[in-house]
Amino acid sequence: MQPHAEMVHWGFAAAILFVGLCLLCEAVVGQEVWRMSAWRRYLWPGLAFAIGLLLWPVMAFFTNSSIHMYAHGSWAEVLMLAGGAELGLVHGRLKSRWWRLTWPLAFAVTGLAFIVHEQNPWFFARSAFLHHLLGWTFLLGGLVPLLLVWRPRSAVLQACMALTIVAISAMLFADRDVAPVFGHLSPVAGPPHR
Amino acid sequence: METPLVRELPADRAPTAPRARVVSLIGPATVALGLVWAILQPDRLTILHPRGQGLWWLVFEPPLFVVLVGAAFALVVAKPLLADLEARDAAAR
Repeated sequence: MQPHAEMVHWGFAAAILFVGLCLLCEAVVGQEVWRMSAWRRYLWPGLAFAIGLLLWPVMAFFTNSSIHMYAHGSWAEVLMLAGGAELGLVHGRLKSRWWRLTWPLAFAVTGLAFIVHEQNPWFFARSAFLHHLLGWTFLLGGLVPLLLVWRPRSAVLQACMALTIVAISAMLFADRDVAPVFGHLSPVAGPPHR
Repeated sequence: METPLVRELPADRAPTAPRARVVSLIGPATVALGLVWAILQPDRLTILHPRGQGLWWLVFEPPLFVVLVGAAFALVVAKPLLADLEARDAAAR
């Protein structure tokens, strides 16, 4: 009665897309206008925290192997940490800008976990390809939140961060459990379903 | 006779207008992307051929998710944000 793994990816993709659109809007209008409403200030940090929280059931119910459990568990932890730190910063309870280092940490841990927990090569199947691609996107994209620690009001960096998140969402939407990638599908991957 | 129509916007409004346009376009553009995806890959929409499909296949419809995210964003986030942008602009004038 459990949904397929690909469906869980699509659900998270939708939530991540919403976060990406919020970040894009914040980059366009600036933090001052974005934070004019109290609820909006907490919107995307709260969503990021909630996504981290929702990764715990994923860890519990989609444990194909120990490495999957460690990967999903570490994502849950770092996403909750980064989302929680951002909530503290926008609320004013946390003052130090160094709390923003939790975002590059989250990107680095997520990227490494994606690459490490994908046991198959790039062109094994679409999911393998996307796991590698997501891993490297997170690792390289982690430079953006790292630079934002020193330039938090840079609209260009904020837009880059938003577009990275939107790209991650698109990759998650493209994920299928068993499907070819650029015409490649390993014969041991199993028969592709609808 | 002088026409009451304003032919030129004051200069201090100029920077807000493109930003407001971008904000108002993000939601509809996302909805449009979802619809285009649904047209290009109708097999990703189980709702179009629901016979014999399980519950999860009927719940998880990726192109519809994109449409819903875009619509929710336009109504819940972009609309009040545009009002705030307008209010700040009016206060600055």
